[in-house]
Amino acid sequence: MASAMLSFASAPASLSVHENLKGKAKIGSANFRSSVPERNPFAKTKHFGRVSMSVAVNVSRFEGITMAPPDPILGVSEAFKADTDERKLNLGVGAYRTEELQPYVLKVVKKAENLMLERGENKEYLPIEGLVAFNKATAELLFGADNPVIKQQRVATVQGLSGTGSLRLAAALIERYFPGAKVLISSPTWGNHKNIFNDARVPWSEYRYYDPKTVGLDFEGMIADIKDAPEGSFILLHGCAHNPTGIDPTPEQWEKIADVIQKKNHIPFFDVAYQGFASGSLDADAGSVRLFAARGMELLVAQSYSKNLGLYAERIGAINVVCSTADAATRVKSQLKRLARPMYSNPPVHGAKIVANIVSDPALFNEWKAEMEMMAGRIKNVRQKLYDSLSAKDKSGKDWSFILKQIGMFSFTGLSKTQSENMTNKWHVYMTKDGRISLAGLNLAKCEDLADAIVDSYHNVS
Amino acid sequence: MADSVFHHVVRAPEDPILGVTVAYNKDTSPNKLNLGVGAYRTEEGKPLVLSVVRQAEQSLVNDPSRVKEYLPIIGLAEFNKLSAKLICGADSPAIQENRVTTVQCLSGTGSLRVGGEFLARHYHERTIYIPQPTWGNHPKVFTLAGLSVKYYRYYDPATRGLDFQGLLEDLGSAPSGAVVLLHACAHNPTGVDPTVEQWEQIRQLMRSKQLLPFFDSAYQGFASGSLDADAQSVRMFVADGGECLVAQSYAKNMGLYGERVGALSIVCKTSDVAGKVESQLKLVIRPMYSNPPLHGASIVATILRDKDMYNEWTIELKAMADRIISMRHQLFEALKTRGTPGDWSHIIKQIGMFTFTGLNSEQVAFMRQEYHIYMTSDGRISMAGLSSRTVPHLADAIHAAVTRAS
Repeated sequence: MASAMLSFASAPASLSVHENLKGKAKIGSANFRSSVPERNPFAKTKHFGRVSMSVAVNVSRFEGITMAPPDPILGVSEAFKADTDERKLNLGVGAYRTEELQPYVLKVVKKAENLMLERGENKEYLPIEGLVAFNKATAELLFGADNPVIKQQRVATVQGLSGTGSLRLAAALIERYFPGAKVLISSPTWGNHKNIFNDARVPWSEYRYYDPKTVGLDFEGMIADIKDAPEGSFILLHGCAHNPTGIDPTPEQWEKIADVIQKKNHIPFFDVAYQGFASGSLDADAGSVRLFAARGMELLVAQSYSKNLGLYAERIGAINVVCSTADAATRVKSQLKRLARPMYSNPPVHGAKIVANIVSDPALFNEWKAEMEMMAGRIKNVRQKLYDSLSAKDKSGKDWSFILKQIGMFSFTGLSKTQSENMTNKWHVYMTKDGRISLAGLNLAKCEDLADAIVDSYHNVS
Repeated sequence: MADSVFHHVVRAPEDPILGVTVAYNKDTSPNKLNLGVGAYRTEEGKPLVLSVVRQAEQSLVNDPSRVKEYLPIIGLAEFNKLSAKLICGADSPAIQENRVTTVQCLSGTGSLRVGGEFLARHYHERTIYIPQPTWGNHPKVFTLAGLSVKYYRYYDPATRGLDFQGLLEDLGSAPSGAVVLLHACAHNPTGVDPTVEQWEQIRQLMRSKQLLPFFDSAYQGFASGSLDADAQSVRMFVADGGECLVAQSYAKNMGLYGERVGALSIVCKTSDVAGKVESQLKLVIRPMYSNPPLHGASIVATILRDKDMYNEWTIELKAMADRIISMRHQLFEALKTRGTPGDWSHIIKQIGMFTFTGLNSEQVAFMRQEYHIYMTSDGRISMAGLSSRTVPHLADAIHAAVTRAS
């Protein structure tokens, strides 16, 4: 059906056929095969050329459109919902769950929303670049308020639609101002990264990252691939808590990564979706970004408040571009606005106000830090229990300690596609096919059952 | 230190519409008046949050069971259903037959962009015809979506009304299958709408040429005060069984501007097609922002599903529309009183938030300099930004501009 689709989409042949039909009655699109059953009187007819019929359009103009496959990550939750087995466990999407496996709205977020309502704030359009107070707060949170890049006004910050939207604005900027420049993404990386660059028409390729032999970082491969990339490439780096592997470079490794990037005049492009959520400390989790900024490098950083403030559905994040001068930052910001305006005009206010209110109030800010430490702490506890259960149940002597070494919401189990499918089909454990599990969706009570499932899938399924 | 990698990035000019407010904010004159962006103001010149919206928000915040989990890619299901009903009519056969796919988007702009991207990927005609003039952001939205933009005649400066002949000619000579952008009501920036009879002629012409309608509905209920009347153009096209796209915005009619709430509906021939179309819309949305924001859509769903709140909303909506109509009459009278040269009846004939004054860019600049009145350079003023108190100042400025400036 692909060829029929393409000929439909590319138009010229069907149009000229169409012009020939002037005077006779027309059909919407003459050049493809109808797949509509009974209602369409021509369903049984194959037509790849001209069609003659005497009645006006009965066929949809969108007839040839195929059903798209479900999103591999978000589709997992949909499948989980449909499962009626009481043992089912959703380790698919990365949304934090409490020990009772319930969604969690931070107390500090509820306080902020109540405050906002009491104050009776209006709902006027934000500027294209978003809420000014939010942009200031988010850049300071990321770099530290005393950071020279902030003091020298060298950061262009534009509020974006969480991480995805911020990455997309950056991609659009790259496409327009660095035509032909490539983005290098880690192998593996978050499934949506390639979609973002594809839709933004930015070429991309992969750098080695995950080493299945060690279930750790392929550092040599990573450095070699970054070195090999054409000069001036954009290198997409996960600031902390790499998704999907949970494997982060050490501080020493970050220095070496920065060395090779500087040498090749590449531009670092950070995706920071877990600041504070990985280790529990906002400053520690910003270490990699700050290391690069301290070297005087120009860089891009996409931020998200989905996980660390539990604001998933409010779509709040930012794109930051650190430039070597304040003037460049002003110009870059103006061009980011020019990309946002034809996409959605200006960003949503609600999530931005929540963040701004929390960060600007010392009491709320401290409460936030405490709740974040609690969330990160629960995940660390779950990692420990899972590791203990695996070590106890797996008699093969396999080393499962990578579970403890990995950080953040996700763990790359090392399970293959078929093994992951076994997890779902036999054990009703929902996860993505790359072997990623979300520890945020696990609780202490279910660690033993999960360990059973993993041991079975790893050893008994090829 | 090495030169910036961004050294070649030039400074972009301010957005022509939103830039008006930027300039207004910088002005220190106590008499300044912002008639730029289309955001409703009360008689006291203040932004308005509808009382029914506050109610809805309070109930959301008070509900302990509410969570902030990711919405599905296509947004809040209940919101989508209710939005489709609002624009198509609750008893629309298209809805009953499951032929409409509706996806939550970021207000009107986001709905137009997602629809445009979808058409650029899956529709065989990649040209969209937009009216001359139209909202300043339209050409950019569609161009970046991957469509090529052409214009059809719309506004007649001689009559300050609709160039209906020109419209029919231009649509009549468009290639078969081309996409045509239609303002459902309260055309922006002119305020000039086709009559019902003219809409019927447009519909027949478009259907005979298989032109694909893409409605921009940003003012349902806000134009005439009646939700049904303002949806009539869309419903005519949906009722004939054909296909169309509709972008809806709740920015103005629910005053939810900054929450970015809207919806894109695609009315298809069959429910099977609608299902496939929906799946492809997800592929457009996911790499753009993954899933839409929750807050605004929840407010809308809360109001639309509750009979009492819905009724309250219609009352508040009519009050806004009535206040704007009254500003039109006041301005018209004020110009008459001053004996301002020219025919100003278009002020009361045009509908919706905006008036296309017919002032040229020199006159607009004059009014900004001498009278601190801010509007877009095409002479469009937002009636929603006027009050009884400020009408005289505006009338004075127009009078001066017309008699003194070219």
